[in-house]
Amino acid sequence: MAGAWVFAETVDGVPKPVVLELLTKARSLGDAAAVALGPGASKSTATLGEYGAKKVYVHEDAAFRDVLATPAVDLLERLVEKDRPDLLIFGMTYDGRDVASRLSARLGTALIANATDVSAKDGGWAIISPMFGGSLLVTTVPKTKGPTIVLIRPKAVAAAPAGSAGAPEVQRLTDSVDTSKPVARVLRRETEKASGPKLEDAAIIVSGGRGLGAPENFKMLDELAAELGAAVGASRAVVDAGWKPYSFQIGQTGKTVKPTVYIALGISGAMQHTVGMKGARTIIAINKDPEAPIFKLADLGVVGDVHKIVPQLIQEVRSRKGK
Amino acid sequence: MNVLVCVKQIPDPNAPGKLDPQTKRLVREGVDLVLDPGDEHGVEAGLQLVEKDGGEVTVISMGPPKAVDAIRRALAMGANRGILITDPALENSDAISTARAIAGAIKGQSYDLIICGTESTDGSSGAMPAQLAELLELPLLSFAKKLEVADGKAKIDRQTDEGYDVVEAPLPAVVTVTGGINEARYPALRGIMQAKNKEVKQVGLGEIGLDGQAGKAALTQEVVDATPAETRKAGEVVEDKGEGAKRVADFLKALKVI
Repeated sequence: MAGAWVFAETVDGVPKPVVLELLTKARSLGDAAAVALGPGASKSTATLGEYGAKKVYVHEDAAFRDVLATPAVDLLERLVEKDRPDLLIFGMTYDGRDVASRLSARLGTALIANATDVSAKDGGWAIISPMFGGSLLVTTVPKTKGPTIVLIRPKAVAAAPAGSAGAPEVQRLTDSVDTSKPVARVLRRETEKASGPKLEDAAIIVSGGRGLGAPENFKMLDELAAELGAAVGASRAVVDAGWKPYSFQIGQTGKTVKPTVYIALGISGAMQHTVGMKGARTIIAINKDPEAPIFKLADLGVVGDVHKIVPQLIQEVRSRKGK
Repeated sequence: MNVLVCVKQIPDPNAPGKLDPQTKRLVREGVDLVLDPGDEHGVEAGLQLVEKDGGEVTVISMGPPKAVDAIRRALAMGANRGILITDPALENSDAISTARAIAGAIKGQSYDLIICGTESTDGSSGAMPAQLAELLELPLLSFAKKLEVADGKAKIDRQTDEGYDVVEAPLPAVVTVTGGINEARYPALRGIMQAKNKEVKQVGLGEIGLDGQAGKAALTQEVVDATPAETRKAGEVVEDKGEGAKRVADFLKALKVI
């Protein structure tokens, strides 16, 4: 069976949600293994096994947490040469993208980014990636020898436990990590607090675009979100304008979300945005431009002024909740 | 302080993109071509650094001969000179070929900092900057929303899911910048006039010693199919005549979210 490895990003020993999605895909393609690096990584092995990893490589050196990409690339290069996997799957995350890209240059093998699916084809792989905001699905096949490297977008695969899987074989690595080369080192981490649920996990998202006119108008979104128990998101235009931090951005360069309800306020619906939210079960859009492309996706569209409608909507929601 | 900024010319992102049904490549004919808006932030970041500390900004691009227009735009913003890697053999290159070509074209030249956008707006794989850093054996400071250079080091605020990390690397280094890092300047008329006289060096694969190692001869992957994705059906669109908020609230009630 083909060896399908997953780069298992963990935070304090807990795998990131995307890792469980990647393992769900990997175990359908062959013998799944996971590579978990950094302090606490060994705590993740049971969960990784539950989602299909038959083997987990663990290295707990602090450098994997504190130095960007290069220690992981060095280690993966050695592991790949020794155990020769056929496929290396990474999440399309900040760290996943850095490590996968550097590794592809190191190994000289194919890297396919932004993927939503991988399947076996003619003894190799076929990788599906959306283009043009998801309006086209492109199938790419690798042409190089050695493991194919694929970056899969978060939320592209639904994570499911493997069921019968036993505890994985754990291989603890202790080889020394070389940081004598010039490296990018993390000095400190800052968390930007957001109230309410996290965007990635929220069942309801209230999202704002340039049509809100000014950053202070996001206050009414916060208010509406609080009433609905929703998370607040933003379009790229709003983030680029500095109205909201990047962590709010939904779309191609931001987060991919799949809430039950997505409420787009003053968002025109550029493809760079819709690729990150068109998986929502229900979309509601309010925009003053009847030609806005968002109305082509919305289950309910209201052509009108967000500044008028949103305060009314907050009142309507309040009164209905009271009943 | 010498800064190299990598830029790409792309089809206007405000116009819908098209794939050639035969070649499965981006259609570039009959489409307005522009400097990638993401790269304008890279050019701006480079200009701000040399305005503070002195030095020069060189802009580099790979593409067909007309990609020189994207370089001219960066020169009009204030960059000092340009390099265009152009060769018929580079048509349909993938990211690693672009990284190899750029690494080849700057061999022997020294830069304190190489700045790229996090990803191109058209291809959006975001692989090239990290691949370039790897080929040059340089540290990569990625997803910067803030950049400072002092004492031979570059320090960034690096975007994360939860906020940001402060990350530092010694120079030389590669940095990728997000759109949030700055507001890119608009070229002034004077800048546009001056840009016409600035040097843009054109080089082919042979001149950078990469014959057969980049472009068509070194493709790592092939697009074999492109099909339209399933589209969502548009639902009801109503005009707000005072009842819009009520309609939305009714809809939310029907969905049982309130």
